Amino acid sequence: MSTTFAVLVGRDLRLAARRRIDAALPIAFFTVAISLFPLGVGPEPQTLRQIAPGVVWVAALLAAMLSVTQLYATDLADGSLEQMLLVPDARLAIAAAKAASHWLVTGLPLVVAAPVFGVMFDLSREAIAALVASLVLGTPVLSLLGGLGAALTLGLRSGAVLLILIIVPLCIPALIFGAGAVAAVDAGQSARGHYSLLGAVLIFTAVLAPLATAAALRIATE
Amino acid sequence: MDQRQTASAQAASDAAIVVCELQCRRGDRVLFAPTSFVVASGTIVWVRGANGQGKTTLLRTLAGLSSPAAGEIVRTGSRPPLYLAHANALKDDLTVAESLRFLLQLAGEPISAAAIDAALERLGVASRRNAFVRTLSQGQRRRVALARLAAQREPLPWLLDEPFDALDASGVAVVADVIAEHARRGGSVVLTSHLPVPIDAPVPTVVQLHEPAMA
Repeated sequence: MSTTFAVLVGRDLRLAARRRIDAALPIAFFTVAISLFPLGVGPEPQTLRQIAPGVVWVAALLAAMLSVTQLYATDLADGSLEQMLLVPDARLAIAAAKAASHWLVTGLPLVVAAPVFGVMFDLSREAIAALVASLVLGTPVLSLLGGLGAALTLGLRSGAVLLILIIVPLCIPALIFGAGAVAAVDAGQSARGHYSLLGAVLIFTAVLAPLATAAALRIATE
Repeated sequence: MDQRQTASAQAASDAAIVVCELQCRRGDRVLFAPTSFVVASGTIVWVRGANGQGKTTLLRTLAGLSSPAAGEIVRTGSRPPLYLAHANALKDDLTVAESLRFLLQLAGEPISAAAIDAALERLGVASRRNAFVRTLSQGQRRRVALARLAAQREPLPWLLDEPFDALDASGVAVVADVIAEHARRGGSVVLTSHLPVPIDAPVPTVVQLHEPAMA
């Protein structure tokens, strides 16, 4: 099981490295979406500081949803997914590996880029640290849930729309506690409660999403 | 040596797959009349039937990817069969050698670079080992997918969906050779083909799929 996981993550990272432009699309979307807000809302520093956590978090959520639609589709189309499913008891490993490689390719760059946007929105140093911490805890949740959505909508026409309708509501707790942590720090309060809840959401999703994804893969390829 | 001989003799007397009154369904439609056959070790079974009769679904069911609508499949042996689908399971952005290595690693095959080269050599695509899959022709892609068979040493059951598709005459001859060799080693093969199967030893057993009786 662990070798299947390693083999799949290795392959997905290699494929992402071969298609750098495609792999960079979510982070490009994230950058553009966030940069447009100061232009649309106006350059008032107080307003920007206030909306910054929400804006960064919403952009991260949309970037994850944008990139997750093709997570299983190409493997289904070229027959690779069938070969993966033939490995005995590998469904959990497949689900976990796909979510892990999605996070490494899209979630991790968002975490790394977040401080730059913190500076752009004139956040304090503590608030920027909180933003990074909340994204570290929260973006894996988006990848795990996105993987579930991709498996559920596998093989459907207009699956991408359905995926967003199914998965975005499930991502809302991560959005609330993630943005809430930064807002709390910005207001001079402790964010520990937010981190705990975000951590609980992460553990809950990490346990259940791969199980549900594995079941969805079985149904999709029957 | 003795042990190996007894083991292979024992395996030869065993049935690798027993199919009993099997029916498969796609959507609401039952695809073929109840079909029974035995795939003994060291034999080749050639599944025939009209287009849309369910040959691919039958192989997928034997592989365990779909569940049967009725009937039973008994597989002996702990490892799953090797299923080679109509789709080649190759990634455009990987090289030929990387693709083959991935498929073998996934199936848990012990692999070395030399074994991969030898398999590609056998299928006549060794010169393209570092080429990206997207630069290959259909026939070459099929050869890379089939190189998995040449790299496989254990007598697992093989389920091959149109293995000769897209191949030229020399490719067909090589693949027929690899399949016959596997059967002679005590492996079993179930294949579909709309062309005659050019294998003399062992002679393939034909399983014909029939229209289901009207309900």
